[in-house]
Amino acid sequence: MSIVVNIFSSIGKSTLFFFQSIGKIIYFFLLSVNWSFRRPFYFKQINKQILDIGFYSLPVVGLTTFFSGMVLALQTYSGFENFNNENTVAKIVLTSILRELGPVLAGLMVAGRVGAKMAAEIATMRVSNQIDALETLATRPIQYLIVPRFLASIMCVPILVLIGNIIGVFGGFVVASFKLDFSPTLYIVSTLNHINLMDIAQGLVKALIFGIIISIISCYFGYNANGGAEGVGRATTISVVTSSVLILTSTYFITAIFI
Amino acid sequence: MKKKSKNKIIKVRNLTKSFDNNLILNNINLDLFEKESLAIIGKSGSGKSVLLKCIIGLLTPNKGSIKIDGREIVNSSSKDKEKILLDFGVTFQNGALFDSLSVWENIVFRTIKFKKLSKNDAKNLALSIILNLGLDKNILNLYPSELSGGMQKRVAIARAICDKPKILLFDEPTSGLDPITGSIIDDLIKNTVSRLGVTAITITHDMSSVFKFADRVILINNNQIEWVGEPKKMNNSKNQTIKNFLKNK
Repeated sequence: MSIVVNIFSSIGKSTLFFFQSIGKIIYFFLLSVNWSFRRPFYFKQINKQILDIGFYSLPVVGLTTFFSGMVLALQTYSGFENFNNENTVAKIVLTSILRELGPVLAGLMVAGRVGAKMAAEIATMRVSNQIDALETLATRPIQYLIVPRFLASIMCVPILVLIGNIIGVFGGFVVASFKLDFSPTLYIVSTLNHINLMDIAQGLVKALIFGIIISIISCYFGYNANGGAEGVGRATTISVVTSSVLILTSTYFITAIFI
Repeated sequence: MKKKSKNKIIKVRNLTKSFDNNLILNNINLDLFEKESLAIIGKSGSGKSVLLKCIIGLLTPNKGSIKIDGREIVNSSSKDKEKILLDFGVTFQNGALFDSLSVWENIVFRTIKFKKLSKNDAKNLALSIILNLGLDKNILNLYPSELSGGMQKRVAIARAICDKPKILLFDEPTSGLDPITGSIIDDLIKNTVSRLGVTAITITHDMSSVFKFADRVILINNNQIEWVGEPKKMNNSKNQTIKNFLKNK
């Protein structure tokens, strides 16, 4: 009997903890939005984060989208070999990258690179009392630490996705032109003909939401870290895993809304 | 011993703090007079740092009242709390310097926020403070990770005193330091507190520190204040915990 009670008690506690965490994360998000519009604005911190999230993520996002575009062109070609290839390959590479691969890959790369850094930095500050020190120096940690990361993320991830999209489409073009012997001019014309503003919008909406997910999840777990070095490691791991899972699940729901 | 004022600058009444079901502080009452130097001693986990964090509003007690210079800090708005915190200079156990900022940026962090100082003026202000604390001017542009433990503590003290606060709080200022550096930090605290004429609360395990700069000592044990008195009275105390602390001096 006591085993059954323990099982139900454990399930109950986990469920309660899960919903409590969701509530706390939503509250943390609302707090960040609220303090984004209030003085003082820490422009130096915002610029630093823009540089870190936007500029330094560019190589990794560019590289992954470039190779994804290349592999997509190859796979599409092998699948549609007997059809009107120039047209089909160009269209599929473009649509897949604009709607799905560009935003998701950029999101996952930023979650891995920047999200981990955000969580580790803030968690280290938490466990070494630096966040408490900020408060005693009359500075709100949410405004000084979270808001700059939040704003920089929602600004930079869409821009990264736009650049990643261009590089990804270019990757497809490189393979089509130099390996598959497609006419470069025809491929470019076909690509331009199939550009759809709704596809770009869909990718940008996803990028914006991914930017929110990455910054809020990473900052939340970092901000609430405890337990020394082990706590920092735990916060970093859980923030990357949670951000990645949320990116992959939310992309389905956003796609469902657009289609 | 310096002359104490009769004005109570900190009044703690019926303070109770627990985490979940774990009672840490039970019904604490404490008065601190202007320009008094108070040492808080107690075993690890006895709630000394929790008391300190409640006093500066980093933790909200379950029950009780804390008045700083007549202003209630418990459940006060963040704006009021910010104003009250301007009266405090706090040094944390490990220094808690901001890793991403240089020494001078750490020292003038709060000053630069409230007074529109130019970069040069801010740097000069930081320089004058570190020279007073016996630090070398060359460390001004270094980052905390490039400093030794003792230097980090001194920079943390510099940051705490930069705005000339009324109350200084030191959380285990000599922990993790060798006895010689620890003694230097003790002297520094003693001189700084008397030079600035401020009220000070120091949490420590080190009884030689207590005898060096405390006007009054409180012992926290079993969630309560178990003993209060002047340091010299500790030698005649029959309290077993006090005796144990003195034995390990």
